[in-house]
Amino acid sequence: MADTTTTATLTARDYNSDIKPIWCPGCGDYSVLLSISKAFAELALAPENIAVISGIGCSSRIPAYTNCYGFHGVHGRALALGTGLKVARPDLTVLVAGGDGDGFSIGGNHFLHACRRNVDLTYLVMDNRVYGMTKGQPSPTTAADWDSALAPGGTGVRPFHPLVIALASGANFVGRGFSGDPNGTARLIVEAINHPGFSFVEVLSPCVTFRPDQREWRKQVHPAAVDETDDAARAARRIMTDDGFNTGILYRGARRPFDTEGLTEIADVAELETEFKL
Amino acid sequence: MSGAHIPDLPHFLAHAHAMEVEAAERYRLFAGQMEVHNNPEVADLFARLAEIEARHAEEILARAGDGGLPHLAPWEFVWSAVESPETAPADCAHYLMTPYHALCAALDGERRACDFYDRIARETEDAAIRRIAEELVEEERGHIAMVSTLLDRHPEPDADWSEDMDPPGALE
Repeated sequence: MADTTTTATLTARDYNSDIKPIWCPGCGDYSVLLSISKAFAELALAPENIAVISGIGCSSRIPAYTNCYGFHGVHGRALALGTGLKVARPDLTVLVAGGDGDGFSIGGNHFLHACRRNVDLTYLVMDNRVYGMTKGQPSPTTAADWDSALAPGGTGVRPFHPLVIALASGANFVGRGFSGDPNGTARLIVEAINHPGFSFVEVLSPCVTFRPDQREWRKQVHPAAVDETDDAARAARRIMTDDGFNTGILYRGARRPFDTEGLTEIADVAELETEFKL
Repeated sequence: MSGAHIPDLPHFLAHAHAMEVEAAERYRLFAGQMEVHNNPEVADLFARLAEIEARHAEEILARAGDGGLPHLAPWEFVWSAVESPETAPADCAHYLMTPYHALCAALDGERRACDFYDRIARETEDAAIRRIAEELVEEERGHIAMVSTLLDRHPEPDADWSEDMDPPGALE
């Protein structure tokens, strides 16, 4: 966690910008934004010591809605941006945020390698199992049989399981929250930010426009019946029997984070250019 | 939450204050949503509801006096549901909602708040908590009456109120 320079007590509202979100009313992402703001306030982080990085999609609009530093990057590349920033500025708290399409399809390869690399940042994915911004195409986490106008009869393709992939790829912290429980999700984000290394948090966040069926998630979500573990093998066994609606911390590992101290410091652009001379 | 869960008056006031602040924040959020989605009448209504709740929060803070309120992390509040009782569910908003729907959500929130204070008043063994909880029950009853009066002026809309001739999900 980065040091703070703000001494006055900040409330969740202090982390919000003046820009009003343009998400659909009822969208789960509003509550995720609230959870993030509550987590920052609870950690007493100064906004100028936080960077919120995103890619493309409805949820990736989130940096604009905070008053922290932000970078609304290109599709699927949020983790590459966040990793670079954290390596260059390890003093910052870096929160990378986005959706399931951006993170697991366009940015899927970055996700695997960010887990492997274990740089000390937090990756929060607002998973609504649909491409909402582009009008409802199935995403990597959509069930194979989800029938829609754009995929009649469903894709027939097995959905991507983010927690399994994160765990298998080496993420040092793996958890799941639900937008309908903003206080529980705030706690999860606090724990993720505080834990060293790459922390992955999936937040089930309903898309009320293209997946109105997801309003039922409120009744389906439940706290995991078992406590978190630091044993990856045990976590793997648990996640393989997951119903997709368990919330809480699955795994809190002890892998050493990527060491930024040993990297050569490059002071300016001219010096950087010499590294690329043919 | 029951009266038995509250260790002392400052913790009770911290819960009451958080409940009013969160209700105000939710109404403020809804007001913004309606403004963005060109529903100015409901935006204005939610903004007014937010002001009322914010004022109520300030009054509760004033009761705490110079000692202020104890700090509790968001997940340390002991609510009977995932959010504080007066907070309207985040997913109850719709871009075509009418004042009737907004007032129904507000009425539900006021009733939950009233029940919350009433339960505390009945279950606590602390006389100071009971006295303030009873006062807050009366205040919430006043809010219920106010919202009910407003609701009388806004009859329930037709069943097709959410039908949109140009819906956001249209593919053609």
